[in-house]
Formats: sequence, structure tokens, C-alpha cells
Amino acid sequence: MKLINFFKRPSTAPVARERLQLLLAHERAVSGKSDLIAILQEEIMAVIARHFPVEQEGIKVKMERGEAVSTLEVEVEIPTPMCPSFPLPAKPAKVAALVPGDSSEPKKLGEAPDRDELAYDTAPAEMAKTGTEA
Amino acid sequence: MAKVLVVTSGKGGVGKTTSTAALGAALATAGKNVVLIDFDVGLRNLDLVMGAERRVVYDLINVVQGDAKLAQALIRDKRVPSLSLLPASQTRDKDALTDEGVSKVITELKEKFDWVICDSPAGIERGATLAMRHADVAIVVTNPEVSSVRDSDRIIGLLDSKTEKAEKGERIEKHLLLTRFDAARAGRGEMLNIADVLEILSIPLLGIIPESSEVLRASNLGSPVTLNNPVSAAARAYFDAAKRLNGEALDVIIPSDRKSLFGKLFGRRAA
Repeated sequence: MKLINFFKRPSTAPVARERLQLLLAHERAVSGKSDLIAILQEEIMAVIARHFPVEQEGIKVKMERGEAVSTLEVEVEIPTPMCPSFPLPAKPAKVAALVPGDSSEPKKLGEAPDRDELAYDTAPAEMAKTGTEA
Repeated sequence: MAKVLVVTSGKGGVGKTTSTAALGAALATAGKNVVLIDFDVGLRNLDLVMGAERRVVYDLINVVQGDAKLAQALIRDKRVPSLSLLPASQTRDKDALTDEGVSKVITELKEKFDWVICDSPAGIERGATLAMRHADVAIVVTNPEVSSVRDSDRIIGLLDSKTEKAEKGERIEKHLLLTRFDAARAGRGEMLNIADVLEILSIPLLGIIPESSEVLRASNLGSPVTLNNPVSAAARAYFDAAKRLNGEALDVIIPSDRKSLFGKLFGRRAA
């Protein structure tokens, strides 16, 4: 890339662009992680942990900002022997939701697990047990 | 219905205050009632750029703390009567600004004006988050330069999480204002081009302000560039941006002071 043209001074703007894209992809995933994403991750973790033994690192919540829609990606890794009741593919389960804007829909997603939580709240231990046995 | 607009950037020195003054004056000359609020407590400069530095008696903190009435603190522009300024305090502690106090002032201003424009301080500290807190619309001022783009990305994240609208689950309208753009240098690959910045930041483009000596000339004289030299390239770009803020769908062009190819049309519309 540096040798595209001997007669001109090399373009520096494409380098700037590449560096920014790399850096921002990282920063958005790590430090740019909003409180909402952190809360979502915790709540999703709590709900799933009632049914499957999952590790903290097994759940990844990622927000990608786009012009018209943003994507909220929730990736949950469950050891396959632990989820016999669902015909899950061997790959990690992937749930992606299209989110208009960054903050309106995630709440909805946050609510869905909340309902599950309520339903199972009466006998969480028993539900977890039937979940693994079934 | 009054709109609250925040002019923000993260990085300092990219043209927030210049853009606040120029856009405010452009909106006011178009017949809107406009008030500009300086949120940069301790480092106020909007008064100086507007040429009102010797007319400051009371400031935002005086109003927030009840030491002065809003009407006493507002400075009406001598050139455009529908343009007013609420200066920041130069001496008081910035912790004197409370969320409730600011909220009250903005609510009151919304009754009297069509546009309430908040000039944010640089950084991501309290002053900046207070300035954006009540905004309906945000202008992210960015230079085509790596550190400015990175900081703008950070500010966009804050706009999506720390504003009242975001907390209510609503969407804050965000626009990119690319300032100090040099089409010739971008064409030679020495400067990030418009498409690069737009792709990285993913927010709609409000306007491109070309690098122009008229901007410094205007601030030397204490006059927004849109009033000091309305036919200059920078001023024309600000007038177009103001029209887009008012909902007009104009093609984004890069005006030029020189007769050259660079004022070419870009087939891009601001959203």
C-alpha cells in the first residue's frame, strides 16, 4: 500500500481511517459499553443461569451502531450436554435483535427475561432441575 | 414547539463556539427566536465570539441560584434582535450548576424561544453532560482528524445514554457538522474525506464547513461569521446547515471562496 505511487507523497488519510476503524471497534466493545449493556448482560445471565449452568464468560452482549438500525447481539454459550431439551446446533446459540436506535429496544429485550423470571420465581430450583433432566 | 439543541464534540478547539454563534445567528436572521446558552463555566467564550463580552452582568449560575431573573441575564444581540445570549459564569465554581436548576432555566427559555442552543464545554465531564442532558437535537462538531473523530464517537455514545431522551427510551436526533474541511487536501488523500468520517461515525451529515480565514476574521471582530461576511464560503455553509435544521432537504455542498472545482455538488442529503 505504501508503494502505490512513487511520484506522489503517499496518502495518509487511508491509514488514519483504518486506525480509527480498528480503535473504535475495540473501544465501542470495551469502554464504550454503556451501563445498559452491562445491566442487560447481568440480567440475561441471571435468567439463563436458572436453566443452564453457564459461565460468566459464556454470555456476550454487543451493541453495534448503524445509521438506520443498530444491532444488539446476545451470544450465549451453553455446553451442549446441558441442553438436551432443545434441538440446538452445536455452534453457540446466537440471538440477534434489530434495534432501532440504541436504547429503546434493549429495554424490551430486558423485559422479556424479566417475565420468565417472574414465572419461575416461585420454584426456581425445581424448574432448573426439570430443565436439566428433560 | 421549541427545540433544544446541543452543540458538542468531546474534543476542544474543533469549532463548537464558532458554530453555535454562526448557526444561532443564521437561524435568527431566518426569523426564528434564538437563545444561545454558554455552558462552559470558568472558560466562557461565547460572549467574546458574539461581541457581547462587555455587556455581561448576570450569568447562567446567577439565574440557576435565583440571584437574577432570566430576563436580567439575557443579552439581546444588537445586530439581530431575535438573537439572545445567556452567558456562563467566569468566576463561579462549576458545581453550582445543578441538573434541576438547568432544567428549570431551559423550560423557561423554551416558552420564549424557538431554538435553545446549548454550547457545550469540551470533555465528557459534568458540564458537557449537563449541556446535552435536555437536548432534543445534537450537533456533533468534528474535524477531519483522528483525535476529533475518536472523541466524537465517544460523545455519540454519551448522547445515546446520558440524555433525558435516551433515558426515556426515546431517540435523540444527532447530526454531524464537519468543520475545517479542506476539499483539496482530502482529494489528495492527506485528510480524512467526508465518506470516511460518515462511515466511521454513522450519523447523518448536517453540513461541511470549509476551512476559511473568514472564521478567524469574524471572531477577531466579535461577530458570528454568518453576520460578519454572509457571502463567505463558511457563512454559506452555516446558512445551509441552519436551513437543514429547520427541516429543509438541501443537497450538501462544500462552498468555496475561490472559484474552483471544489464547490462541486455532493449527491448526499442530510437526514
